[in-house]
Amino acid sequence: MDLTAAVLVLDSAVRLATPLLLACLAGLYSERSGIFDIGLEGKMLAGAFAAGAVAYWTGSAWLGLLAAIGAAIALALVHGFASITQRGNQIVSGVAINFLAAGLTALLGQAWFSQGGRTPQLSGDARFSSLTLPGAEALRDVPVLGPIYYELISGHNLIVYIAFLMVPLTWWVLFQTRFGLRLRAVGENPAAVDTAGISVPFLRYRAVLICGVLTGVAGAYLAIAQSAGFIVNMTAGKGFIALAALIFAKWRPWPAMGACLLFGFLDAVAIRLQGAYVPFIGEVPVQFMQALPYVLTVVLLAGFIGRAVPPKAGGVPYVKER
Amino acid sequence: MSAPVAKLPAWVEVGLIPLLNVTVAFLVSGLVVLFIGENPLQAVKILVWGALGFGEGIGFTLFYTTNFIFTGLAVAVAFHAGLFNIGGEGQAYLGGLGTALAAMALDRYVPWYVTLPFAICGAALFGAAWALIPAYLQARRGSHIVITTIMFNFIAASLMVWLLVDHLSPPGSMQPETRTFAAGGALPKLGGLFEMFGADMGAAPANISIVVALAACLFVWVFIWRTRLGYEIRATGLNPTAAVYAGISTVKITIIAMLVSGALAGLMALNPVMGDQQRLQIDFVQGAGFVGIAVALMGRAHPVGIVLAAFLFGMLYQGGAELAFDMPAISRDMIVVIQALVILFAGALEHMFRPGIARAFALMSSPQRARMLDGGEAG
Amino acid sequence: MSPDKDDSEKDGREPSRPLEKSRPGAAPAIRLSGIDKSFGTVRANRDIALTVEEGTIHGIVGENGAGKSTLMSILYGFYQADRGDIFVRGRKVEIASSDDAIAAGIGMVHQHFMLVDNFSVLENVILGAEGGILLKAGVARARAELQRLEREYELQVDPDAIIGELPVGLQQRVEILKALFRGADTLILDEPTGVLTPSEADHLFRILRQLKSQGKTVILITHKLREIMAITDNVSVMRRGEIVRTLPTAETGPEELAELMVGRRVLLRVEKGEAAPGAPLLSVERLTVVDGKGVRRVDDVSFEVRAGEIVGIAGVSGNGQSELLEAIAGIRPATSGSIWLEGGKDLARQADPARRRLDGLAHVPEDRHRMGLVMAFEENENSVLGYHLGPEYAAGPILKLDAMREDARRKIERYDIRPPDCRLKTANFSGGNQQKIVLAREMERDPSVLLVGQPTRGVDIGAIEFIHRQLVAMRDAGKAILLVSVELDEIRALSDRILVMFAGRIVGEAGPEADEGELGLMMAGIADEEAAA
Repeated sequence: MDLTAAVLVLDSAVRLATPLLLACLAGLYSERSGIFDIGLEGKMLAGAFAAGAVAYWTGSAWLGLLAAIGAAIALALVHGFASITQRGNQIVSGVAINFLAAGLTALLGQAWFSQGGRTPQLSGDARFSSLTLPGAEALRDVPVLGPIYYELISGHNLIVYIAFLMVPLTWWVLFQTRFGLRLRAVGENPAAVDTAGISVPFLRYRAVLICGVLTGVAGAYLAIAQSAGFIVNMTAGKGFIALAALIFAKWRPWPAMGACLLFGFLDAVAIRLQGAYVPFIGEVPVQFMQALPYVLTVVLLAGFIGRAVPPKAGGVPYVKER
Repeated sequence: MSAPVAKLPAWVEVGLIPLLNVTVAFLVSGLVVLFIGENPLQAVKILVWGALGFGEGIGFTLFYTTNFIFTGLAVAVAFHAGLFNIGGEGQAYLGGLGTALAAMALDRYVPWYVTLPFAICGAALFGAAWALIPAYLQARRGSHIVITTIMFNFIAASLMVWLLVDHLSPPGSMQPETRTFAAGGALPKLGGLFEMFGADMGAAPANISIVVALAACLFVWVFIWRTRLGYEIRATGLNPTAAVYAGISTVKITIIAMLVSGALAGLMALNPVMGDQQRLQIDFVQGAGFVGIAVALMGRAHPVGIVLAAFLFGMLYQGGAELAFDMPAISRDMIVVIQALVILFAGALEHMFRPGIARAFALMSSPQRARMLDGGEAG
Repeated sequence: MSPDKDDSEKDGREPSRPLEKSRPGAAPAIRLSGIDKSFGTVRANRDIALTVEEGTIHGIVGENGAGKSTLMSILYGFYQADRGDIFVRGRKVEIASSDDAIAAGIGMVHQHFMLVDNFSVLENVILGAEGGILLKAGVARARAELQRLEREYELQVDPDAIIGELPVGLQQRVEILKALFRGADTLILDEPTGVLTPSEADHLFRILRQLKSQGKTVILITHKLREIMAITDNVSVMRRGEIVRTLPTAETGPEELAELMVGRRVLLRVEKGEAAPGAPLLSVERLTVVDGKGVRRVDDVSFEVRAGEIVGIAGVSGNGQSELLEAIAGIRPATSGSIWLEGGKDLARQADPARRRLDGLAHVPEDRHRMGLVMAFEENENSVLGYHLGPEYAAGPILKLDAMREDARRKIERYDIRPPDCRLKTANFSGGNQQKIVLAREMERDPSVLLVGQPTRGVDIGAIEFIHRQLVAMRDAGKAILLVSVELDEIRALSDRILVMFAGRIVGEAGPEADEGELGLMMAGIADEEAAA
């Protein structure tokens, strides 16, 4: 594979990794606080639908983004209410949210737009368009660095840059701030946080809210940045791949980026390799590449390559004990 | 010691509270219908009529009910062992492979009633096998079974597409599906039974696999509440440490419970594959594995509850189709919304109304009763 | 509250004698009045009045479940009282959360430490008192403050050590540091010595005296009268949710306190005749148990229990007694060594509790909630737990429910289990009756060897006597009984021989008449050289 082809695959990997990364970081905040979230998929989907619908009505990508965040937050609050206030089963709640989003988006999409659940095509300001970074045009023809900078680093839409900036930001929040210290503590031992005079529910609600914001942005990316509108079930399991990436990264921000880029890369290669012939191996079934992230996660969970230990208090409702 | 919870009469615990939860789920669904701008009462009328108002409707309702009984039982058996099997979807998908292989091996040579036992074995075996790896990883290596079964759903989807596209479709066919089974691979429909009652089932696919489903209910009831293994499964699910103390191997129980769960999910494939389409198609499960979660939660993991809940969801699926026809604004996705709300209110929020009901009872009950409750252990 | 309470108890709530004070005339550090707290239908605290003088060590004693921890949790803002007022240095305060308690200068060291295992000492100390949105500045300040506290109170601990890797004694020190770092003037310690060796406990008491000399107030919750007598200035006794008396420690003694705690004279000795030991029924040789983390929990332990004797294992909790019991019962695999039942074959190789039951080994586990019972089961289902594979309860794979229930009814009658309903959920029985369900199950099978862990933990006094009588009766019937208890009094009252465990090893043996001080030294691992000789 020559340089241009490699850059194109990597470029595509970055685009495919972006929604994974946003959802993965969203899950990181929630699960670090001790609230398991298998509802990333649903929140993303709700965000995508809200973004597509509102961007169509208003013609503004920004209002679409806001709506996406709002919709995802609403579902996040349902999850928070069930898991934090009502101390319900977090897995069951997550399952419910995934179905709620899948059902409501398709139902409302059909009721409002009558296009089989999809939202109308968007164009112009209703989408986030690509940004050209300063100097990209000038450097374009420099060998090696030129294509890398022009194709790979420049030329993405705003949300891509936001997603990747969220990685250092999340690291900083988690390890350098008071909120991060408390967040990490509440996922390990909520009683320690409670007796230190900090409200466990408030802390967890904030984590769940951040999770909502980030999944909303991820959804907006799918509907109004990467594509030109919402289509039924457009997340297609990305929320679960993000969850797999989170486990793969052992709930840490930088490895999360690595895992998402890896899974994005697999996806990009799978698309490119469709029907292509690989020397010595023959034709690699595209299904194999699609299943690889899930297989890798299972192998990791099995403890054959390192051990993924989740936050200790994860999934367990906090009840004060004497 | 945790704070004692007020004790409520059994009929409140297993009757009133679950009923209230499900009622609220349906009320909220009604609000969604209102929000779309349709009349919920009218919608319910169309839905019920579509599901039960004529022979063909009933036939479809029973067809869906059969699917959901199997997947609901699958989730329930795992629940009793303290496991959450979200992998019913993938296990049913693989069960379809077992069913199809048995059917294609025999359909040209023997009648359906000879094929059926082999198909049952094939479906159960393949479904169980797909549950085995997550079960083993949970039991031996502590890998969270919720996550591994989710992953296995996706892996199953990829695997089956690959098999159907590249290996199982007949030569020359572009359709990702197997050949159509001969008569020996087709289960008889219930049309005859309907005629006995003077009804016409029309094109509805209800077939005798519903008998297999009801037999599975009986099996699960005996298995969980009347056998030593069931006793051990319940002990493990309710208190794993006590189970170990009692000499029960949690590794064995985890694996057995998941095998039974996977087998039940796999059996679901009989209904659409041999009973309806007479061939194995891509994505034939169509979410029935997930509906099983709602059915098991609503049916409180008891076979009788599961049959009732499965029938309700069968009605929703069939009636929902009619509804989408009569009220185009309400597509069949409404069912998914209802399913989500049932899972939410009967599952994650199951205790939401408990404190209120307990207070109401404390107010209603006589002082004598209150004193009786006061006699509990001083903490 | 029942209206027919006798007068002596009513009076008892007010101090009958003037309390010790450090500074006469100063407002008390803490004053509680009229505190009531119910959980559901259970009243955990009734009309509590308590005065804790500034600069004193104030003990609160009472049996398990007397309401001590609940009261202190209210003071620390973990629970809110249904009624009543809290005064700190004469000023009425509202304590709605731990935050308010900390602001009022109250700190608490909980029975189960409230630490984050994978955090450093420093991170644990600053949690909740970070001193700003960013950590950096706060961490530097905390480091300096920790050094000052270390010097002042002999509280040495490495600020960068990871909590999970520290021994229990040091973890407790971090808890005290946490409270002092937040500027606590009043420090509550809830059963602080339960997990400590006597020497660690001594160190703790030195720290507490140091705190007192610096003007801090200490509230010590315990059920050990020895500790009350050793270190406190004043003491309050709680019984069934009430404070029955508050008095200066110097003017009372363990007998009076014990009587106040249980409400009548306690039977300190169990009625039992001379033991007539026969042949060994349980032999343990060079048994070693290494846990999943690679720690040697049981280290090269050998002993025998003969027919017709009760052998007690004394020790501070966490010194390998639990693991020893579990290894003998077959719940936990033995790493090396041998276990024989009545000269049979070596069982140590396969950890199989079901097999051992069939061989005549019965086991009353230490924690009935966690291990001995399935609380959501019906009583009759629990009364066969572990024996459910027996042919009398099952025909092939199918359970014989009628036989199970009939059997349960028999046990209910023999052991006077109340209410007598074998279909009732086990969680609905009281603690004492739950323990009787376990005892009935384990004793009625006529085992030759009985392992008993903490038989009377959380059990009311009437049931304690019943349980003790049953154990002696088993002994007299020629059974071998191995008893593990953290209550030294119980061990001494029941055992014919006492083995002392420390750090996984048996460090000494003594008769029931052994001196308490001597046993204490052995439990601390100090006298093991001479004692073993």
